[in-house]
Amino acid sequence: MTVERGGWQMRMLKLWLPLGASLLFALFPFYWMAVTSLKSNQELYNRKVMPLIVHNPTLKHYVDLVTETNFLEWTWNTFVVAAISTAISLLFGAMLAYPLARMRFAGATLVSFAIAATYLVPQPLLFVPLADLINRLGLGDTLTSVILTYPTLLVPFCAWLLLGYFRTVPVELEDAARIDGASRLQTLVKIVLPLCGPGFISAGIFAFTLAQNEFLYALIFLTTTEVRTVPVGAIAELVKGDVFYWGQLMAAALLGSIPVAIIYSFFVEHYVAGLTAGSVKG
Amino acid sequence: MTSAAAPALERRRPAFSLGRWLEREGVFSWLMVAPPVAFLVALVGYPFFYGIWISLQNRPVAKAGEFIGLDNFVAAWHDPVFRLVVLNTFVYTVAATLLKMVGGLGLALVMNQNFRFRNLTRALLLLPFIVPTVLSTIAWQWILDPAFSVINWALMVTGLANPGPSWLGNPYLAMFSLIMVNTWRGLPFYAITLLAGLQTISPELYEAATIDGASTWQRFRYVTLPLLKPVIFIVTMFSVIFTFADFQLIYVLTRGGPANATHVFATYAFDIAMGAGQFGQGAAIALSMVPPLALIILAMAIYMRPSKS
Repeated sequence: MTVERGGWQMRMLKLWLPLGASLLFALFPFYWMAVTSLKSNQELYNRKVMPLIVHNPTLKHYVDLVTETNFLEWTWNTFVVAAISTAISLLFGAMLAYPLARMRFAGATLVSFAIAATYLVPQPLLFVPLADLINRLGLGDTLTSVILTYPTLLVPFCAWLLLGYFRTVPVELEDAARIDGASRLQTLVKIVLPLCGPGFISAGIFAFTLAQNEFLYALIFLTTTEVRTVPVGAIAELVKGDVFYWGQLMAAALLGSIPVAIIYSFFVEHYVAGLTAGSVKG
Repeated sequence: MTSAAAPALERRRPAFSLGRWLEREGVFSWLMVAPPVAFLVALVGYPFFYGIWISLQNRPVAKAGEFIGLDNFVAAWHDPVFRLVVLNTFVYTVAATLLKMVGGLGLALVMNQNFRFRNLTRALLLLPFIVPTVLSTIAWQWILDPAFSVINWALMVTGLANPGPSWLGNPYLAMFSLIMVNTWRGLPFYAITLLAGLQTISPELYEAATIDGASTWQRFRYVTLPLLKPVIFIVTMFSVIFTFADFQLIYVLTRGGPANATHVFATYAFDIAMGAGQFGQGAAIALSMVPPLALIILAMAIYMRPSKS
């Protein structure tokens, strides 16, 4: 937008004040996680102390979290599940997107309609039949159950995003490769895919964060501690009846958020590109 | 290939070659598309119709089902809790969507100015959206804790209220709290997408409007808003669908309580199916989300017709 006149008071009112308030609102919960996780229990549950800062920092909650619970195992499970389901989703997404972007074939409209419809199906709609299906397949309490079901949430998005990237590759490049005798598969693998790297990174980051975030299927399919993911482990095992282990819960929340935040910080631009692709380009 | 050889090749019918058959557009396309389509049919299409079949049965968990027609849907209709669930879901969806839309648009306009650290600010503001919802919601649960709420501490210190209210214990405040936390998580998505939309608007349009004597408000009303409308619409549709079907935020903060005051479709279906073990009834409640959702998607499909783009 154009540069506004009116000096620093105006700029304060129009920029820094709303921006500061938004940042405070957005970031306070993370600050609160960190502060809480570093307090001893005496300090945490003493209403007479000023709660906004840590008076006697301690790592006890982190040590307890790692030694007394299966937190490290949950973290590993979450990572494995997110990585494999992201890989499957990128592969399937590309297999759907390339023909839709480049070729005419019978049923193309039906396929793209099916992808759009799948995109809009929320998990709560399918958890009852899927729970039954997973049980019948004998996959309850295995990581396979979520590795199989997460891509159903991720494939449509990956396909949609990659479709846009495939369309940006000049057709002439592909024609040239075909004239030189490359098969369709060779053209795709050697010419098109290398040009769509940013698309795969955007789709991959987005899929990975979504997979880390999933809760409902994990809650239903994973009921033993060895196979749980971080969100389900924290809810199911750090809350015993009415007793909340707040220090450990906040430590788990912070540690569980950090890997996502780090990966995200390296690829912010790609992530934003993925986020806005659907709505702005569409 | 010389031009003299071409007619000779045309006359002879080439022998069938697998390699060449695979190169045909229709064949190659379907070989690519078939595995993912089969996957989606098996794990989305089939469960959807199987879910409808389950909803027509009286089916306690781990027992054979018995076909009862539409009885589960009739039972839901007469269930006072279900009616409360419908009301709650609408209140939650409408209030949270409006807050996110207006707040997100405001924040996008603020962000669409030149200032230092703009990219860093954008990255930080998006954090609530990317961090696993369950984990950040646990932090909110602690912020809203009945005994140690930091909000109540602030109210007490500033002398506004002592003791502060029970944020998750009072039916109205619990719904209010859920809407706030949902807004906290979803607002960045609106802001960042709308900001990207704002950045596609050519500055020349604003210059032209300014020359024509348009005020700031008029520039917003007659330039920004109309050009942003398609983005606002799509973002809102997505957000409405996933707010309507929200589960994790409510499950973590209130589990539908106090006294069902915050139960929505997803949490109630989960309680009935997984808690009470009534698969048929649970599936029926989950499927009741379909008609309102279908209306939303239909509106979206009409809006996104190719002729519009």
